[in-house]
Amino acid sequence: MDAFTTLTGIAAPLPMANVDTDKIIPARFLKTIARTGLGKSLFANLRYNEDGSENPDFVLNQQPYRRAEVLIAHENFGCGSSREHAPWALLDFGIRCVIAPDFADIFHNNSFKNGILPVRLPREVCDQLMEDAKLGANARITIDLERQVVVRPNGEEIPFEIDPLRRHLLLNGLDDIGQTMQQAPAIDSFEARQRAAQPWLYR
Amino acid sequence: MSATKPRTLYDKIFDAHLVETLPDGTALLYIDRHLVHEVTSPQAFEGLRMAKRPVRRLDGTMAVVDHNIATDASRYTGIEDPESRTQVETLEKNVKEFNVPYIPLTDARQGIVHVIGPEQGLSLPGMTIVCGDSHTSTHGAMGALAFGIGTSEVEHVLATQTLLQKRAKNMRVTVDGVLPVGCTAKDIVLAIIGKIGTAGGNGHVIEFAGSAIRALDMAGRFSVCNMSIEGGARAGMIAPDETTFEYARGRPFAPQGEAFDRAVEWWKTLPSDEGAVFDKEVFLDAAEIVPMVSWGTSPEDVLPITAAVPDPESGGDEARRAQLRRMVEYMGLTPGQKLTDLKVDVVFIGSCTNSRIEDMRAAAQIARGRHVAEGVRAMVVPGSGLVKQQAEREGLDAIFRDAGFEWREAGCSMCLGMNPDKLTPGQRCASTSNRNFEGRQGPGGRTHLCSPAMAAAAAVTGFLTDVREIV
Ligand code: SF4
Repeated sequence: MDAFTTLTGIAAPLPMANVDTDKIIPARFLKTIARTGLGKSLFANLRYNEDGSENPDFVLNQQPYRRAEVLIAHENFGCGSSREHAPWALLDFGIRCVIAPDFADIFHNNSFKNGILPVRLPREVCDQLMEDAKLGANARITIDLERQVVVRPNGEEIPFEIDPLRRHLLLNGLDDIGQTMQQAPAIDSFEARQRAAQPWLYR
Repeated sequence: MSATKPRTLYDKIFDAHLVETLPDGTALLYIDRHLVHEVTSPQAFEGLRMAKRPVRRLDGTMAVVDHNIATDASRYTGIEDPESRTQVETLEKNVKEFNVPYIPLTDARQGIVHVIGPEQGLSLPGMTIVCGDSHTSTHGAMGALAFGIGTSEVEHVLATQTLLQKRAKNMRVTVDGVLPVGCTAKDIVLAIIGKIGTAGGNGHVIEFAGSAIRALDMAGRFSVCNMSIEGGARAGMIAPDETTFEYARGRPFAPQGEAFDRAVEWWKTLPSDEGAVFDKEVFLDAAEIVPMVSWGTSPEDVLPITAAVPDPESGGDEARRAQLRRMVEYMGLTPGQKLTDLKVDVVFIGSCTNSRIEDMRAAAQIARGRHVAEGVRAMVVPGSGLVKQQAEREGLDAIFRDAGFEWREAGCSMCLGMNPDKLTPGQRCASTSNRNFEGRQGPGGRTHLCSPAMAAAAAVTGFLTDVREIV
C-alpha cells in the first residue's frame, strides 16, 4: 500500500447523496481477480451511455476532472456492498481522497486499507469545497494528513478529525496484517482458552 | 462473569472474542467463522501467496461459489462467461492450494453463502462470523455477531483469524405487537429502513427486539437481519431463544449431544441484560405495518403498496429534490401514479433475503391454482440445493411450474447483474432481494423490493399488487 502524506490536486464535485457501491462500480465489473484495471469502469453507469460512448455531462468526463485526485460528495458515500472493488476502482482512476459529510462504515474501512483517505467534513464545508472544485484546474486543493487539514484554493485551512491508528498506518503505508502478526502469542493463548471452554468450535 | 454493568448482546459477544486491546483502543477481535466466496477472495489469496502465509484456521473457514454461477442446467456444463469462469476456477484452485474446506457447485449443499451458513450449522449463536459480503449481517439472526468485510480484511482473517475493530455503538429497534395478515418479516424490515433511512444505523450494530421479532421463525429473522446493512448498520442481531436453539439442533456443523446442551447453556446467557444501555432506540408498532414496496433506487424509498409515486418537488432541499427527480426518471414513473398501476415485466423470488423454504412456501401459496400473467417472466430461485430438494419433496416446484414460474437451481441469480440472470434496460421487476440501486439487477433495470408473497402476487396479476387483495 502506498503511504499517504500530502496530496495537492484537482477535486471533482459530485453533488449526490447515498452514492452506492453499485454506482461506484457496477456488479458486472466485479469479475476481476486482480486489484488493478477497474478505473475505466469507475461510475460506469453514469459515465458511459448505453452504446459505450462517454456521457459528456458526467463530471469525470470533463476537463480538468479527468485528472481528478480528490472527489467531493454528499452524505453516506459508499453505502451498499462490502466489495473492495469500490476503492480499487477509485484508486485505479487516480482518486486518493474522498471528502463527504459521512461515509458508509465498510467503505470507510476499505478506503483506509487501500491508501485512500476518506475525510469527513460538515455538509456546509463540503458544499463550499464543491464550489471551489467547480472552478476547475486553477483551484487545486491540498489534503495534508500530517497536519490534518484541508487547504482551500484561497489558502484557508480546514481541520479534520481522523482515528490516530489509521492515520499512523496511512502515513507510513503500513500493512495491518504484519502488525497483527506481532500479536501471535496473544492469539495463541486466546485460542487455547476458547478451546478449553468451547471445544466444539474446533474440529 | 464478573462484569457488573448490564451489557447488550453485542457487548457480550464482542467481549468474549477480545484477544487484545491496542494502546489506541482498537480491539483485536477473534473470528470464529469465516465464509469465503469467489468474488471477494481472489486478491486475498493472492496476498497470502505473495507473503507466503498459510490460512490460520482451516476448521474455521468454509468456501462456496454463489455469485457468478448460472441457475439453470448450463451451470453443470461449464460457465460461459470467461471472467465468471475465471473467478470460480480461481476459487477452486485457491481452496485446493490452501486446503480450505469447500462446497462445490455439484454438491447438494451448495447455495448462497448466507443461506448455507446457518443451514449447515456453520453459523451459531455467540459466534463472530465474517464473510467478504455485506449481507453477512444475515447470520446475526442466529444471535451471532456477523458482518461483511472487504478483501483486505478477508486476507487479514485468513492469515490471523482476527480483525482490527473499533467497538460499534448499540442501537435497538423494537417492534412490538402482532403483524397484520399479508405482512411478513420483509415488510417489517422495509418499514424499518423507510423509517431510519439508509444511514440510520451507520456506526451502530442493531439489535432487533420486541414481540413481533420474537414471533418470527428463523427464516423471517434472517430476512430482517439481512437488510441491516441497507439501514446502514454493519451488523444486525436477534437474541437467541428456543426458536434459535431448535433451528440449530442437529445441523451438521453444530455441536451434537451433550456438547449441544452445554453450548445452549452458554447461549442462554447472551441476550442483552435488563437495563443495558442502547445509544439509539427506535420503536415500531407491528400492527401499523402494511405490505411494503420500494419505488425508488435506494432501499429507504419504500412505501405502502396502497400509496402513490411521490412528487419530487415536494421533498426536502434542492439536492434531495434532484435525487427524487432522478429516481422518478430512472424508474420510469409519473408522480401521483398509484403503485398498483405499475406493470411488471419480471418477477424474481430468491436472494439471501428471501430464498429459504418458508419463502418458497409463501410464494407457492399465492401461485397455487393461478397463472403468471401474460408477458411476465417469473423465476423462483431457491437459496440452496437443500432448499430446492425440500421444496421438491413438498411439491412446490410443481405448483410453480404449473403456474408458469421458472424453477431454478440455487445461487444469487437476479439479485445482482453478474451472472446470466439479468434485467434488460427498462425492465421493471418485483424482486424479493435487498437492493434496488440503479443497475443492480442489470444495466437500466428497475427494481421494486417486496416480500415473496407480494412478488408472487405481482407475477399472477402482472402489476404491483396488494397481496391482501388475493389471499
Ligand atoms: S443473494 Fe444478492 S445480496 Fe445475497 S449474497 Fe448473493 S448477490 Fe449478495
